[in-house]
Amino acid sequence: MSMKNKKDYSIIIGGAAGQGSRKAGLIIAKLFNNLGYNVFINEDYQSLIKGGHNFSVIRVSEGQCFSTREKADFLLALNEETISKHEKSLEKDGYVVFNKDKIKKAEGIGIASDKITKDLGGLPIMSNTALIAGFSKAMGIEWRVLEVALRKEIGKGIEKNLEIAKKAYEDTVTVLKIEKLKNKPSPLLTGNEAIALGAVKAGLDIYYAYPMTPATSILNYLAEHERSFNIITSQLENEIAVINAAVGSAFAGKRSAVASSGGGFALMTEGISLAAMAETPVLVISSQRSGPATGVPTYSGQSDLLFTINSGHGDFTRFIVAPGDANECCYWAGKLLNLAWKYQSPSILLVDKELSESTFEFDSKILKQIKKEKAVLWNGKGEYVRYANKENGISPIAFPGDKAIVKGTSYEHDEKGLSAEEAKVIVLMQDKRLRKFKEMEKEVDVPGAVNVFGKKSAKKAIIAWGSTKGVALEVAEKLGFKLIQPLVLQPFPIKQFKLALKGVNKIVLVECSAMGQMEKLLNGYGIKIDKTILKYDMRPFTVEELERKLKNI
Amino acid sequence: MEKLETNVINTWCPGCGNFGILQAVKLAVNDLIAKGTPREKIVIVADIGCNSKIADYLNLSSFYSLHGRSIITAMGIKMANPELKVIVFTGDGAALDEGISHLIHAAKRNSDVTVIMHNNRLFALTTGQFTAVSPKGLKGKSTPEGSIEEPINPLELMMAANSSFIARGYSAKIDHLKNLIIEAVSHKGFSFVEVMQPCVSLFNNIEFLNEKAYETKNTELGSREKALALIKEWNYNEEGKIPLGLLYKKDRPCYEEEMNKNIVKDKNPEIEKCLQAHL
Repeated sequence: MSMKNKKDYSIIIGGAAGQGSRKAGLIIAKLFNNLGYNVFINEDYQSLIKGGHNFSVIRVSEGQCFSTREKADFLLALNEETISKHEKSLEKDGYVVFNKDKIKKAEGIGIASDKITKDLGGLPIMSNTALIAGFSKAMGIEWRVLEVALRKEIGKGIEKNLEIAKKAYEDTVTVLKIEKLKNKPSPLLTGNEAIALGAVKAGLDIYYAYPMTPATSILNYLAEHERSFNIITSQLENEIAVINAAVGSAFAGKRSAVASSGGGFALMTEGISLAAMAETPVLVISSQRSGPATGVPTYSGQSDLLFTINSGHGDFTRFIVAPGDANECCYWAGKLLNLAWKYQSPSILLVDKELSESTFEFDSKILKQIKKEKAVLWNGKGEYVRYANKENGISPIAFPGDKAIVKGTSYEHDEKGLSAEEAKVIVLMQDKRLRKFKEMEKEVDVPGAVNVFGKKSAKKAIIAWGSTKGVALEVAEKLGFKLIQPLVLQPFPIKQFKLALKGVNKIVLVECSAMGQMEKLLNGYGIKIDKTILKYDMRPFTVEELERKLKNI
Repeated sequence: MEKLETNVINTWCPGCGNFGILQAVKLAVNDLIAKGTPREKIVIVADIGCNSKIADYLNLSSFYSLHGRSIITAMGIKMANPELKVIVFTGDGAALDEGISHLIHAAKRNSDVTVIMHNNRLFALTTGQFTAVSPKGLKGKSTPEGSIEEPINPLELMMAANSSFIARGYSAKIDHLKNLIIEAVSHKGFSFVEVMQPCVSLFNNIEFLNEKAYETKNTELGSREKALALIKEWNYNEEGKIPLGLLYKKDRPCYEEEMNKNIVKDKNPEIEKCLQAHL
């Protein structure tokens, strides 16, 4: 297919850390978004502040896209290394757009970004603006569209930036004309930003965190918008402090959430167990990265599934949901905060670096589906009994400061919340919680707990969860597979899952882990996997890569 | 006096220093209630250890937290509802071993909670192992030949962490301790009260404490030099006298109040406006 007719482009923009390639990539993505394209951005960066090689892979297409392709149509190079690293990914008819003052030997569309910036008295970082402008002109994007995008994204020094952009725009020749599409632009959100919005919409009051990639940007985003969201964000001494503070705040009546990754999440597990015993609601977001231990901090993985399923010592059920794109991140962050409060239980949103930090088209209508749902509150009559032995296991909640004595505890306890060691009381209270876990199961074994995409009548099914859903969806549609995406992972929605499996005689698990953790989880429910396709270089599958692996099945 | 007890059977050893502390706490709480703090606005947060059983014995709102986590849990409670008076009961092991980071950071950020640290100078509920304040040479279950570690001085640590209220009491001096607790709870900001107590079963130092402890007062409460001179009188081994009383106090803004100052009650979050920036 000639490039002039296709409406699915892949753009790689790269540079050293600190050169601003990510921001430049976002501006380009927004340009295409304004031209009616669907957008997906994958970020690849390393654990360093300056230097190294950072790049964004931007996919823009007429249809939905949640994944990246192997080949790029455009390569935007802020430095030499970007060309040497990605040259081989460039399509035959692809273009290299580069800063010709920094890169001497490249072929393609060279832009004198440094010279233009210097001549016009701009700051060195404004050289990126020149490159974006040159690229826009080469693609035949109208000046007006570019100007609007730049004005929106650049606050300080916008007039100087526009001056530089104009010069680079005028100096560059148009090589093709990007067609304008009819779609309206949608907000572009990372998974972490979508999670933050979902939790805020469901009534988040306080967010505690300790920074850890790839969960940190939830903290940064909420802190940035603290006032407009009317919430408190608090950074504490470690993840143990974070979870215990959140339990304290929830005990005192405020909706609290926390987030971390891998090792930080591991530190939180004592508090998850506490929340289960004290029946205190708390939303925990765990964004997986490559492990074990410190692993590869800025790369992704799906290898914390079984750990999360079993997080926290003792006999208890927690809600665990693994969304697969920004819309699902938003919806389930809100839903889980509400479920935590309805069932006075820890709830875990399990995501990964690809979801947390990739940028997606966001459907604002999702926010309308989220509202703050009420917890089962004490009616204020008679003596308050914190752990009243109710039929459905849900004891009405009251908070210290109400006209009540409220006793929450980490110990096994009687109905009043006083420590108990007698066999009879232990069984009574465990039974109460077991009845609650049954209610939790009923709550989530409903349509929506498992998604089905692709060819619904197909006998061959892919199972993919979390960020792997995006690429699996595209390939399933192309190759005529059914795609089954489990969202709710605990309590496991077995009825919904069996419904999804109807008519399927071959199951392929696609997962970014070394040991196929979803297979082990499903085996526990009597579901056998016929083949696993695993990837553990901690980079996401590209469309072509997964297509090759699935072709002969 | 209001009845503050629950019907839970007390399982402390006969003669335990905790009885004196419990009595002082009841007197102090009654005093606070009499002076206008509603009983429902008082929350106690217990750690894990003999001392923390106080959560079961007092009919007040309480959270019986995890080991070492009482102070940070208390901060969470205060953050959620700054109207509450939050009092933490913890032991020396919980505060200075398992949870020392939370103690230091709570003092540093001037979290508006009161920490009453029962100091019997060993882990008692696990039947006798050394803590960060056990004297060097303590023969415990884990150190049968004597601990080789020097103790730390927790009050010096609190000075270093910039605690805005530092006091020391003694379980045998109930009235003196009661007054310290009232002052600590009334103090706006982080208040640390170390309470010396004998463990009659495993480390009975009652004679040592009776001989060494004396009541005093820092005549210049905001003076770090004066406070440190008093704090360093005892090295947590055998040497020196043990001054009791309010040793340091200096007011500064407290954490939870600062964190809550921009919160507008019943205001809905502005999400739409924020989404515009993502287009």
